[in-house]
Amino acid sequence: MSSFFAQEVPLTWYLLLSAALFSLGVIGFLIKRNLITVFMSIELMLNGVNLSFVTFAQQWHAVKGQIFVFFVMMVAAAEAAVGLAIIIAVFRARATLAVDRIDLMKL
Amino acid sequence: MTILQFFLWSLLKVAVVTVVMLLGVAYTVLLERKLVGRIQNRWGPSRVGPFGLLQPLVDGAKSFLKEDIIPSGVYRPLYLLAPILALGCTLISIAVVPFGEPGAGPGRFDLFEISDLNIGLLVILGVTSIGVYGIALAGWSSNNKYSLLGALRSSAQLVSYELALGLSLVGVVLRAGSLNLRVIVEQQATHGIATWNIFGGGQFVAFFIYLMAAYAETNRSPFDLPEAESELTGGYHTEYSSMKFAMFFMAEYGNMITVGCVATLLFLGGWTSPMGDLIGPFENGFVNAGLSLFWFVSKVFCFLCLYVWVRGTLPRFRYDQLMNFGWRWLMPLAILNIVATSLWLACRS
Amino acid sequence: MHLILFAVFAGLCLAGAINLLLQSHPINSALSLIVVMTSLAVLYLLLGAEFLAIAQVIVYAGAIMVLFTFVVMLLNAGREDRTLGSRAASRVGFPAVAVILALIATVILHTQGLGTARLSDGLSNTAGAANLEVLGSVLFTKLLLPFEVTSVLILIAILGAVALARHGDGNGERTDDE
Repeated sequence: MSSFFAQEVPLTWYLLLSAALFSLGVIGFLIKRNLITVFMSIELMLNGVNLSFVTFAQQWHAVKGQIFVFFVMMVAAAEAAVGLAIIIAVFRARATLAVDRIDLMKL
Repeated sequence: MTILQFFLWSLLKVAVVTVVMLLGVAYTVLLERKLVGRIQNRWGPSRVGPFGLLQPLVDGAKSFLKEDIIPSGVYRPLYLLAPILALGCTLISIAVVPFGEPGAGPGRFDLFEISDLNIGLLVILGVTSIGVYGIALAGWSSNNKYSLLGALRSSAQLVSYELALGLSLVGVVLRAGSLNLRVIVEQQATHGIATWNIFGGGQFVAFFIYLMAAYAETNRSPFDLPEAESELTGGYHTEYSSMKFAMFFMAEYGNMITVGCVATLLFLGGWTSPMGDLIGPFENGFVNAGLSLFWFVSKVFCFLCLYVWVRGTLPRFRYDQLMNFGWRWLMPLAILNIVATSLWLACRS
Repeated sequence: MHLILFAVFAGLCLAGAINLLLQSHPINSALSLIVVMTSLAVLYLLLGAEFLAIAQVIVYAGAIMVLFTFVVMLLNAGREDRTLGSRAASRVGFPAVAVILALIATVILHTQGLGTARLSDGLSNTAGAANLEVLGSVLFTKLLLPFEVTSVLILIAILGAVALARHGDGNGERTDDE
């Protein structure tokens, strides 16, 4: 059974996946026109970065990488709560979620 | 044990547990109908088979043969996905629950548990969190105001009581020093009923917090406002018929069984006997394994009877009373329990 | 085995992320993001971070995305249209992001000394102390201050979200009290 578990995957592939997720998040942030979808692209970026942290934690066998991911998750939770509350407030004021229409400070 | 043998044994375990779980769900429905009937001074189902024991089979056949109506305005992908998600989460969470003694199979193989994870308890909580999606998506995709309101209320209820559920389990985890369900049971198993976590372990209050949070998590009386027929015309499963409705139903009773299993493992000593070492371990391995399975199943059965007893007796909470209770009473009480347990453990060591 | 699991779940991650960009209705994007997050949880498990894997499921997929789903349902956000702004953004955005990705990939591919991951490295039933033990002992001793500060941060976020999402006019009067 030990040979079953001894297969190796180079950590470079995990890092490339993390870079791909991050760039897909940036693309989503730039091209999407709905406020909620833009916010979801930000969460995608955060997840990509989390993956690279965990990869490096495995590389150096340092648990601080994983603790940093823990803190990123907590901050992302707080940010999601406040950000969605802001989105609800914006929707109440403007009655739309299209990014192109929420472009003036004056209603 | 080779990879292939391990794989085949695991497949067998999964098949057996799934079949037993679904049969258990069907017979829990019968148990509830008979017990609630007795509480209301009438027989439950008693015509089909002796004592009504074939009723679940007939109910299953009825569910299959009913007409499956899909309203035209629903958002089809999510409408079809939601019951699958609900039932799937229920069946996944049973995979980390140990039913009996460890190492009872051939070559010290774990016969009574599908997967032994070091974080088994957290997996059950995680799968419960995913189960919220089944309800929320069902209500929204039904294109029906009552369904949406019922789904949002139900999801808010589930998310609020998940807190109290998780916090009430922290006391047990502090005592056991591990999240592994086997370790938690073995830590309580020293002297039979006196050292079970509910009595000797000092988690009496935690058990009742867990009980109430579990009633709310499984959407059962007295917290079944989101799905009661007289409220919101049936809540999130208004627009579902036949097999899809049956899947929601099975998911609810399956959750009941899982919650009962977790309560048994954490508070009632799992598969160990209440007499502890007075009736010592027998030499015959089969008797030991069978006895551990027997104790586990009987404890879960008692827990389910308690569930049904409460359903038949107490009236329903109103929604604001429900949220008030969860946030302002259960959660602080659970936190107090954690503080008290930590103080006690610190003073003892 | 590790290779197969990595390929399947990395593929699911990328498919979910690309689907998030391609879908026009926000609820489909939200569900794709949930797929990404649960696949990432499996990848964390493969890298030996079992607590992070389950925390990802509980916190991200089970709480944050539930919030997103609620908001999409409550605000009844419909499908989005292609506007002038979005065409301009895609013409500039895609090349720019391609450049960024190429830069990062070059740096990664030229890094020396990156090792490999094995399943037996990560799973704690073969290692010395369990992953959760090590994490807990560092989190509650050396990094206690950031942990407590994070809890204050979450409290502030709760208060902020409740204050923002309440009904009420500018005077701060409460319109209903139940």
